[in-house]
Amino acid sequence: MAVITLSGLTKVYPGGVRALDALDLEIADGEFFALLGPSGCGKTTLLRTVAGLETATAGSVRIGETDVTRLPPGRRDVGMVFQDYALFPHMSVTDNIAYPLRIKKAAKNERHAAAADVAAELGLDGLLARRPSELSGGQQQRVALARAMVARPQVFLLDEPLSNLDARLRLEARTFLKKLQRELGVTTVFVTHDQAEALAMADRIAVMEAGRIRQIGTPAEVFRRPANLFVAAFIGSTPMNLVDARVRGEQVEAAGVLLPLPEEARGLVTDGQAVVYGVRPDYLDYSPSPVDGSFSGRVAVVENLGSSSLVTLDVEGVLIHALVGEGSEPEPDEHGWAVPRAGRALLYSDGDLVNGNDVTVAA
Amino acid sequence: MAPPTSPPAEPTTTAAATGPTPSRRVNDDAAGLGTRRAAAFVAPALVLIAVFLVFPAVWTLYLGVTDYRLTGIAASDPKFVGTGNYTSVLGDEEFHSSLWLTLQFVVGSAVIGQTVLGFSVAWVMRDRSGPVRRLVEAVILLAWILPGSVIAFLWIALLDRDSGTLNALLGTPGTAWLLDHPMACIIVFNIWRGTAFSMMLYSAALGNVPPSHLETARLAGASTLQTLRDVVLPRIRGHILTSLLLVSLWTFNDFTPFLITAGGPDGKSEIMSVYVYRTALGDGRLGFGAAISLVMILINLVIALLYLRALRERRERDGGDGRGGRGGGGRRDGRERDGRGRRGHGRRGGRGKRRKGVAV
Repeated sequence: MAVITLSGLTKVYPGGVRALDALDLEIADGEFFALLGPSGCGKTTLLRTVAGLETATAGSVRIGETDVTRLPPGRRDVGMVFQDYALFPHMSVTDNIAYPLRIKKAAKNERHAAAADVAAELGLDGLLARRPSELSGGQQQRVALARAMVARPQVFLLDEPLSNLDARLRLEARTFLKKLQRELGVTTVFVTHDQAEALAMADRIAVMEAGRIRQIGTPAEVFRRPANLFVAAFIGSTPMNLVDARVRGEQVEAAGVLLPLPEEARGLVTDGQAVVYGVRPDYLDYSPSPVDGSFSGRVAVVENLGSSSLVTLDVEGVLIHALVGEGSEPEPDEHGWAVPRAGRALLYSDGDLVNGNDVTVAA
Repeated sequence: MAPPTSPPAEPTTTAAATGPTPSRRVNDDAAGLGTRRAAAFVAPALVLIAVFLVFPAVWTLYLGVTDYRLTGIAASDPKFVGTGNYTSVLGDEEFHSSLWLTLQFVVGSAVIGQTVLGFSVAWVMRDRSGPVRRLVEAVILLAWILPGSVIAFLWIALLDRDSGTLNALLGTPGTAWLLDHPMACIIVFNIWRGTAFSMMLYSAALGNVPPSHLETARLAGASTLQTLRDVVLPRIRGHILTSLLLVSLWTFNDFTPFLITAGGPDGKSEIMSVYVYRTALGDGRLGFGAAISLVMILINLVIALLYLRALRERRERDGGDGRGGRGGGGRRDGRERDGRGRRGHGRRGGRGKRRKGVAV
């Protein structure tokens, strides 16, 4: 159980690729922390640098009270689960789980007992004598988790923990991981490129791009108030509507319609300023009859998402997406209006969120 | 839209019209040559094999049961001596000493020398790239690709008593390496020459070990030796066995040491192939030499069988795993399966299956 503190962490690969760029981050004790970003953003490098599999070019990594920047991985007291689980095919489940203890020279009966304990915690009893190839994907993942847990490390690191599972199993494993982390209370960092996964599991999320952290916050903060256009476009299973707009007094002109200026931006923008107006499809209320201060256009496409439908409105050439509950879907080519919900629309100026209060934004 | 759909339709109709018989023949004979023409294509190769491989082998068998000599009466009128040659070979002092020297040569230079050195180089170079790696590989490969006669000459120049390079380097003029330590010389020579093969094979094998497995060991705090024992060696066992088999057989039959020591001094480096050469062609005792050759072949067969058995044990174990995995449902992750397939390539079973796949 420990706090992880990164300060000025930089990793430059031979060849000049700057994977981490002077990164500062503090992960609280017992926190379930997600590193989220598109591929190549440095999230895996960050995780591997914490594990000690990559050496930092500059900056420091502290786990608890210890500066581990120059310590080899074996002495950092971390447990890691790899994306492919990395189970040894020639060893039984017991031997796989007990492997870290074997390296620590624990007696055979001792490490087998420890392996059996952890296996029971993860619901693996009955599988101990099997080989990894005789297990399902979910079981393999739990064996990998058990191996990371068996030495009771201070920190868990999970590299894309769900990406090798099929869709149905993924949901199951998500719930399982979150519950397990809560029960163990061990500081856990996981890497994912799937924003839904990060939102669902993490206590806090760091959204990364090109070796930098673009925003740190709780899932609610990151979802509702993306600090910049990158985060706004990246988070959300239906991408946020981001429309070029211009401030017109107390209103914003976007896609040819006049919308009320978001509350928090009042007084921070000047008349005529070029901004980006952002609102999630989830926060647009569709109406089949004219409403003031709304996007109005022809329904171009209706996509069924199950319990709701994603309606695409063609507003003077700009496509606006809105979520519509079941039962009230419009037909294509009808005329429709989409009203931004009060307090949910955002303004971005020069790529950053325009707001009065201090949202957690990383440098 | 019409043109794209019509061509695929045409073959289907032709196939249907000509009926099932031709389609079955197509299955057996993908090239559509027919037995005669196919045989005509294969014939030249078969003739060459028969003339240069099968006939000499049968001829050796025949020679082995006669007292055939290179010159003299026995050359014009060889007599049948039954198993006489074989009993005298097995009772021959020189044969015993030659067998013992060959064993030293194979174990020392092939099993220990080339394999250990080749693996070590591959391991050290595994995540290095750029000029250092290319240089090391080029130098080691050079020893492997140069003709035997050329490198024999180089080694004689290196080890020469009066003006040898080694004596000049060590400051030990007058040391006759080839006379004082003939076996050590040819063992070191053969290690130097053959390491490239093991190195290349093991670099390929090490590329097959998933990085995450090595990193798991690192995270557990495993030392290099522990990593090799727990992660690397179990993973590349098949490669090790294949390499050992090939390298031991090549070394057992190797004749290049003759070019350096000529079996001497006084038979101290007379390994099997040199011994056969000396008795059969030097002394002219062709019948006796043929008998030794057959004994050599048998020893080779025994070596090959031992390795093949070890390989088969491994394959059976793997096969068991595979069945279990399939029983457990198709939820194994893709990478694991990829790894399995790649390993399968080295096996005869895998190749057979692929060939069948092409024919069907």
